[in-house]
Amino acid sequence: MSTSASTRGDGTTHATQTQKVGGRTFVQTKPPRRGMLLTILAWVVGILFFFPVLWMVLVSFRAETDAASNPPVLFAPVSLEGYRTFFAAGPWPPLLNSMTASVVSTILVIALAFPAAYALSIRPVKKWTDVLFFFLSTKMLPIVAGILPIYLFAQATNLLDNIWLLIILYTSMNMPIAVWMLQSFLAEVPVEMLEAAQVDGAGLLTTLRQVVAPVVMPGIASAALICFIFSWNELLLARVLTSTVASTAPVFLTGFVTSQGLFLAKVCAASFVVSLPVLAAGFAAQDKLVQGLSMGAVK
Amino acid sequence: MSSTSTSRVGKVGKPGTNPEQGRSGVVTPPRRRQTRSDSWQRRIPLLPALIFVIVMTQLPFLGTIIISFMNWNAYYPDERGFAGFSNFARVFTDVNARSAVFVTILITVSTVLISLVLGLAIALLLDRKFRGQGIVRTMMIAPFLVVPVAAALLWKHALYNPEYGLFNGLLTLVLGENAPQPDWVGSMPLPALVAALVWQWTPFMMLILLAGLQSRPLDVVEAARIDGASEFRIFTSMTLPHLRQYIELSTLLGTIYVVQNFDHVFTITAGATGTANLPYFIYQTFYTAQDYGRASAAGVVTVVGTLVVAMFALRTAFAIFKEEGR
Repeated sequence: MSTSASTRGDGTTHATQTQKVGGRTFVQTKPPRRGMLLTILAWVVGILFFFPVLWMVLVSFRAETDAASNPPVLFAPVSLEGYRTFFAAGPWPPLLNSMTASVVSTILVIALAFPAAYALSIRPVKKWTDVLFFFLSTKMLPIVAGILPIYLFAQATNLLDNIWLLIILYTSMNMPIAVWMLQSFLAEVPVEMLEAAQVDGAGLLTTLRQVVAPVVMPGIASAALICFIFSWNELLLARVLTSTVASTAPVFLTGFVTSQGLFLAKVCAASFVVSLPVLAAGFAAQDKLVQGLSMGAVK
Repeated sequence: MSSTSTSRVGKVGKPGTNPEQGRSGVVTPPRRRQTRSDSWQRRIPLLPALIFVIVMTQLPFLGTIIISFMNWNAYYPDERGFAGFSNFARVFTDVNARSAVFVTILITVSTVLISLVLGLAIALLLDRKFRGQGIVRTMMIAPFLVVPVAAALLWKHALYNPEYGLFNGLLTLVLGENAPQPDWVGSMPLPALVAALVWQWTPFMMLILLAGLQSRPLDVVEAARIDGASEFRIFTSMTLPHLRQYIELSTLLGTIYVVQNFDHVFTITAGATGTANLPYFIYQTFYTAQDYGRASAAGVVTVVGTLVVAMFALRTAFAIFKEEGR
């Protein structure tokens, strides 16, 4: 129905259309300018939100003297000074630590969350909703409320500044999200198909591979993406529990900033490099991002 | 905290469909009661994750409760001992602690509300076909994909800096040499924090609400439009009710994350000039002042406060996720 096109679609092309619906004639009363204005407004808002990110990238490729210009200029001579300083400060160990912590904890989360989600959907335990909400409620327990005993425990067991401590903590931090997401995807596996597989005498593994996997794979991808992002971003635990050996990229970033001299290009270069994995993963999988953020409630 | 709130929600919510009937048919005939061995078989896959989460979240909190009743400062190891309720008394009488509670509420409520309203407006803007729709959506997502510490650094130095920040630079560009050059963070620390947070969380709200808008049954809206309903009427009596659960969902998840925010406070103001929220206050008391007892008491107070909110939040969550038709 093209009446919808006039308001949901591009007003400039459809707005003056006359439409016959159910024998009655409708004349579109919308002025063609309105759709145009809304389009311009959408673009302006998008650019406004995007501009700080663009500015970060632009400034990161400038010499410090150009970076700190007031009034600002949109384009200045390209300089790799900021990146050179950043990479000379030894960011690779923290970046590798972040990658290790994020990737390994994400794998652990999925490995533990998948069976749990199975037991909360396909073959549910009694009171499965209570269990599901218990998982969610742990997300409401602030990390700071448990950080001191964790610190003291790590101190006593020589686990401070050990990447495995962060891996374990990130696994528990992201577990509720993954359980919720995978549960919501597994609950979509059609019962009839499971029954059919049962009747055909398919074993558990065959059923998982041929009936469950196709439905739940997108869910696993979303959960993994969001767990990766949240682990990569985490600062508080990493700052308190690591110092030199196991420190992560966000911790490195907070230490990289010095208040002396001109440093804007360096800060922007460092921020951009540290954000790059998340930006790349998020842009590459935008729809997965939405599913992940809503814990599977939005598909 | 969790077991009390969950069982409560379980009682309140009462799921519309009984999952046991729908699902158990897979393996055992419907209505046959689960045998003991069967129910253990069902539990086994759940146990690793469940035990892991209980150990990792409930045990540390138990430790926090114990330490909150102790006189324990790492700078004075000899004076360790039982302190009764004195840590709690100090938390409740401490001006900084009370300020931290207030700041946490202020930052969370304003960030979530502003992001929600902006997110809804932008979602409505993007829920129409126009040239470059995909590009604008991608641009909108970008702020959420900047690592929070990096975003906080970006705002503090590249945007807010009074001498060479972009904001004052733009003021110079528009108003000329004599343009005012305010010290954004220094003169209005809380709004500066909230603005940086809103920038990151508006895309989050927008994405969830946009997904909600796109799941709207369009034929009904169309029918209303044909019957002569105004756009405003369609919005208030059809779009908003449909969006309700998405609004609740984004508010709930946004609150969970913003209430715990540490990165922005730590980076932009370092808790100065009355901007220390509870996470930062506890971090400071424990990490800098090494006062374990008082930090733990503040932690317990935070959890009790969260518990009250969580009771309502979980009830809401229950309704949301049930309506998703699972």
